[in-house]
Amino acid sequence: MTKSKSAYSTPTKLSKLETHIIVVWVDNEASVLSRVVGLFSGRGYNIESLAVAEVDQKNNLSRITIVTTGTPEVIEQIVLQLKKLVPVHKVGNFKRDDKNVIFKEMALFKIVGNKAKIKKALNACKKFNPVILDQTNKSAVIQITGLRREIDKMSKNLKTHGLLSVSRTGAVAMTRGAEIFN
Amino acid sequence: MPKLYTGAEIVFKCLEDQKVEHIFGYPGGAVLPIYDELKNHSSIKHILVRHEQGAGHAAEGYARSSGKPGVVLVTSGPGATNVVTALTDAYMDSVPMVCISGQVPTHLIGTDAFQECDTTGITRPCTKHNWLVKNINDLPRIMHEAFKVATTGRPGPVLVDIPKDIQFAKAKYTNPKKKKEIKNKNRFNQKDIDNLIELMNKASKPIFYTGGGVVNSGPKASELLKELVAFTGFPITTTLQGLGSYPGDDNQFLGMLGMHGTYEANNAMHDCDLLINIGARFDDRITGKIDEFSPKSKKVHIDIDPSSINKIIKVDLPIVGDVSDVIKSTIKTLKKKNLNLEKSNKQKTSKWWQQIQKWRTKDSLNFINSNKIIKPQHAVRRLYELTKDQDTFITTEVGQHQMWAAQHYKFNKPNRWMTSGGLGTMGYGLPAAVGVQVAHPKKLVVDIAGEASILMTMQEISTAVQYNLPIKIFILNNQYMGMVRQWQELLHEKNYSESYSEALPDFVKLAEAYGCVGLRAESPDELDDKIKEMININRPVIFDCHVDQAENCFPMIPSGKPHNQMLLGPKDQEENKITGKGKALV
Repeated sequence: MTKSKSAYSTPTKLSKLETHIIVVWVDNEASVLSRVVGLFSGRGYNIESLAVAEVDQKNNLSRITIVTTGTPEVIEQIVLQLKKLVPVHKVGNFKRDDKNVIFKEMALFKIVGNKAKIKKALNACKKFNPVILDQTNKSAVIQITGLRREIDKMSKNLKTHGLLSVSRTGAVAMTRGAEIFN
Repeated sequence: MPKLYTGAEIVFKCLEDQKVEHIFGYPGGAVLPIYDELKNHSSIKHILVRHEQGAGHAAEGYARSSGKPGVVLVTSGPGATNVVTALTDAYMDSVPMVCISGQVPTHLIGTDAFQECDTTGITRPCTKHNWLVKNINDLPRIMHEAFKVATTGRPGPVLVDIPKDIQFAKAKYTNPKKKKEIKNKNRFNQKDIDNLIELMNKASKPIFYTGGGVVNSGPKASELLKELVAFTGFPITTTLQGLGSYPGDDNQFLGMLGMHGTYEANNAMHDCDLLINIGARFDDRITGKIDEFSPKSKKVHIDIDPSSINKIIKVDLPIVGDVSDVIKSTIKTLKKKNLNLEKSNKQKTSKWWQQIQKWRTKDSLNFINSNKIIKPQHAVRRLYELTKDQDTFITTEVGQHQMWAAQHYKFNKPNRWMTSGGLGTMGYGLPAAVGVQVAHPKKLVVDIAGEASILMTMQEISTAVQYNLPIKIFILNNQYMGMVRQWQELLHEKNYSESYSEALPDFVKLAEAYGCVGLRAESPDELDDKIKEMININRPVIFDCHVDQAENCFPMIPSGKPHNQMLLGPKDQEENKITGKGKALV
């Protein structure tokens, strides 16, 4: 056995990775986003997507939705560390396959081509609530909403239908039913 | 119309309301309005350091020895960046500290102005929270909140960045708000305590493993801990930061645990069936190899910070709360249930104690003493023997001397031991000693130092001279970065790459140049007299103690090994070598 030259031990057992959606309610103040994001980068957690906007003007609250992957231990740490930040009010934590939670992402597709091509593209998007936001003789901007993997798939499929540019958001989440998260 | 105050006045009004008596700082362009205001506030004494890092560590020493938050005042740019090491150090070791920094005027922020830096950006990861004050009306609230954040929950450093124009601007002053404490949802309840007591009742090989959280919880926590340990009859070990939270000379105390902990403490941690962690955080210098850490035990973790629990080691019973509160409840419940564990468990734990006695006979802190050359362990032991009769405060730098101090100096009270554990900052001890002496002017304050560490913040001896702070710098001088050399010896085939200082100052002359007293000891016969001489000098002293250059710090858990595979000291190694031949002789 070779002698370890490290002053630190490495664990041999690692638990399985899980994808979680973390929802953080924060005071909408300067640098609050960098506190949250800095916590993730500083402690080596990963961010798959991020959505943030003010949701309550009166109380000056923003809602940050972060999709992250980690072992259950890491996810627990993320939640507890987030709760320690001064501007953080509450933290929600949902598994991505949680049936009680709705996750949605939005994407804008710019399709360039003739009318027939655009129609085909629009048709392909049918399942994902397509809305035409702009249309000319040879182009269209289509908005769709769906899950991350659905949008991934669409942006791949539409390549042959004249998709030139994609812009998309991170996931946002909300629980089903009358209850709200506390 | 209520009276309006300038930002600088508001800063001091807040400091007065927070009962701040000392601030450690260094002036500069962007804090001049605050310095100008200093003269009007006689209850606040400013200690002028020689480098902002020194101000930070001095504030840490002040805070850790007094239990009050340390306050630092620095200028923008380099002033703020110089204090970053101390902020990080305080963050790692949970030391309450409020740092006020000047900033360029608001309209110049972002223009790369002279002495501008993104102070709040730089210090965000090394503070509990920080604020850039952009509106003078926010200043009183932010200042009071800063003290609250620094001192409540798990303590730590905070920073308030005040642009120069805000220091001149005027606003109303508001007193600190008495906000209702929001009850922590996770806070422990009686059921947790009952569970703990049940575990204690069942255990036959229990151990308490206590840390800095006990010290941070206040002197009362140490008293309660003593009561609990006596009541249960369980053995106790403490971390580096926990030293002093339990009397070091008590029979139930197994010494420090961890990488350079005692054989009995580490083996007891490995073999126990109940591990009760009180205010410690399973640091990697404590646990050794995680996968093999205390494999057979039920684990209880008492901590004020929920994020400390299950971070490194999964525990069976988490108890979130202030150490004092938890111990108090536990003792109360134990008494109510009329469980005297010491008696009822005596039979159960008597075998455990026998085992511990066996480990103790290894005498793992032994070393081969010499009458020709001063052994560093011997020097620390003599220092302890000659200072134990008075209330002595010890600070250290980082390295071998720090571990020898932790092993061989016995602490009986909390807040007497100030060392940089988490960050491991060389150069911590001298400025920390300055801070300790400011808080306790009449007490003996000794910085047990190494010659490499001390040179990192040497300039602060000038601060000690200026304020007549009679700190004692006790340098264990082996001309090596000893701990680096030890690791190179053990792991890198004795390739002593850059760990030897070929040029060192004459510390006695250096002391004289700074206006303090220099002493030197080169042989064991003169050591005691020189130490006594040092103690009796009522001025700052630099004591240059020449020690064995080749000495290593044992016992030691080598890297990547569990607690029960320790490297023991030279005596034991020699004995082991001899066994083969010895057997043949018999």
